[in-house]
Amino acid sequence: MKPFTYQRVSTPAEAAAAAARMANSKFIAGGTNLLDLMKLQIEAPAHLIDVNALKLDKIEDMPDGGLRIGALVTNTNLAADTRVRRDYGVLSRAIVAGASGQLRNKATTAGNLLQRTRCPYFYDTNQPCNKRQPGTGCSAIGGYSRQLGVIGTSDSCIATYPGDMAVAMRVLDATVHTVKPDGLTRTIPIADFHRLPGDTPQADTVLQTGELITAVTLPKPIGGTHVYQKVRDRASYAFALVSVAAVVQSDGSGRIAVGGIAPKPWRNEAAEADLPRGAKAVTTKLLADARPTEDNAFKVSLVERTLAAALAEAKG
Amino acid sequence: MSRRGLLGAGAASVAATAVPVSAAQVGKPAAPSLAKLAFEVNGKKRTLQVDTRTTLLDALRENLQLTGTKKGCDHGQCGACTVLVDGVRINSCLSLAVMHEGDKITTIEGLGQPDNLHPMQAAFIKHDGYQCGYCTPGQICSAVAVLGEIKAGIPSHVTADLNGRPTASNDEMRERMSGNICRCGAYSNILEAMTDVAEKVA
Repeated sequence: MKPFTYQRVSTPAEAAAAAARMANSKFIAGGTNLLDLMKLQIEAPAHLIDVNALKLDKIEDMPDGGLRIGALVTNTNLAADTRVRRDYGVLSRAIVAGASGQLRNKATTAGNLLQRTRCPYFYDTNQPCNKRQPGTGCSAIGGYSRQLGVIGTSDSCIATYPGDMAVAMRVLDATVHTVKPDGLTRTIPIADFHRLPGDTPQADTVLQTGELITAVTLPKPIGGTHVYQKVRDRASYAFALVSVAAVVQSDGSGRIAVGGIAPKPWRNEAAEADLPRGAKAVTTKLLADARPTEDNAFKVSLVERTLAAALAEAKG
Repeated sequence: MSRRGLLGAGAASVAATAVPVSAAQVGKPAAPSLAKLAFEVNGKKRTLQVDTRTTLLDALRENLQLTGTKKGCDHGQCGACTVLVDGVRINSCLSLAVMHEGDKITTIEGLGQPDNLHPMQAAFIKHDGYQCGYCTPGQICSAVAVLGEIKAGIPSHVTADLNGRPTASNDEMRERMSGNICRCGAYSNILEAMTDVAEKVA
């Protein structure tokens, strides 16, 4: 790790102001992803701003019947919350399908949204990588790409967003709440939060420098059967090859988002309208623009099969 | 010179040659930053001055000489460094020591001692839940926390009914222990030890 200075802050405004004051600073909450990357010198902040004392660790009912999840709520506490288990089961299911118990105890809601790709070339500092070092090239294109993206990728980057939680949040139409260094707050629909790489893959999200996530809100419950199907190389503690978050209503309509295949949780409302016609119809529309590599072409059929499994599970 | 001392000296000489090179590249070397830390480890108040880069794992092992907690992968993948912070299990390798101001840390040394074993330590011995023993402190800390998490009703990937209460079944314990790797493959005996303790507690 490169040396860094360290500071604790007690309000979101103080945190954002500190980030504006100190160049090359980072917020740290659970730290499970950031410290891993700092050890490898993929991230090398000169200053860390510890946001754990911001009291953003509550899950609160909202007047509209929805739920406000503080940025610092741990993955464990979010998955275990009785309201989440009852009304947003797909979110609980997605969270417990990821990482290990130890990591979920530390990982926070905001940090999980911001976790970086697990592309092996992003992690290997001896290899060119446009996300890690803009302009150096993409080693994954033409390299080992079995785990990587099939849609939404670009000629600069084919990395995936690796997480599970955000895939469920996408299906639930969550909203991300932030505060900027100038003190202004804004709300970002989860659909717009992660960005596609284009020719600037170094920016994973639309957050600006020093912008701090304060909460994620969920709209009021939509009912239906909640399912999260995840296919991976091990039965536990592995990133998804393909995952499907689904909320299916009794008439066969519903919503689905797919993880493990793109730089962001992948959802297409037009494809979703075909849910009553089955997995094949939906997948054909959803992945019409897919550009898989030779290594990961299997993911296209795996999406269809995982979706079919999710729909079968929802039917019971 | 002890093996530990020799390794330390080796690392120091590598650092001494490496620092000027990177300093020349970036123009100005970033100086290490020190911070004070007060926390409670195994029931004892401790104060330390550490480099901000020091992980909780290194503070325990190198500063406090509590070498029961092991460094395996140092990247949160193996679970050998698992300790309890205010009763919650975490990977101590992926947490900065300075972020634990005021926390209560329990390591394998605090869980029980040779003449006063924690029931989980006794069960691991009884059921031969290890071979080389390197992952064992992490396995035991994790196992103790897993039974607590099940009791607290925290769901897992294999919990059939999200709204029901999970039980200490084989499937539940195997899934919840997936963050602790054992290269010797003592998993089935670890499971027996955990089952033994779960049944006694229940």
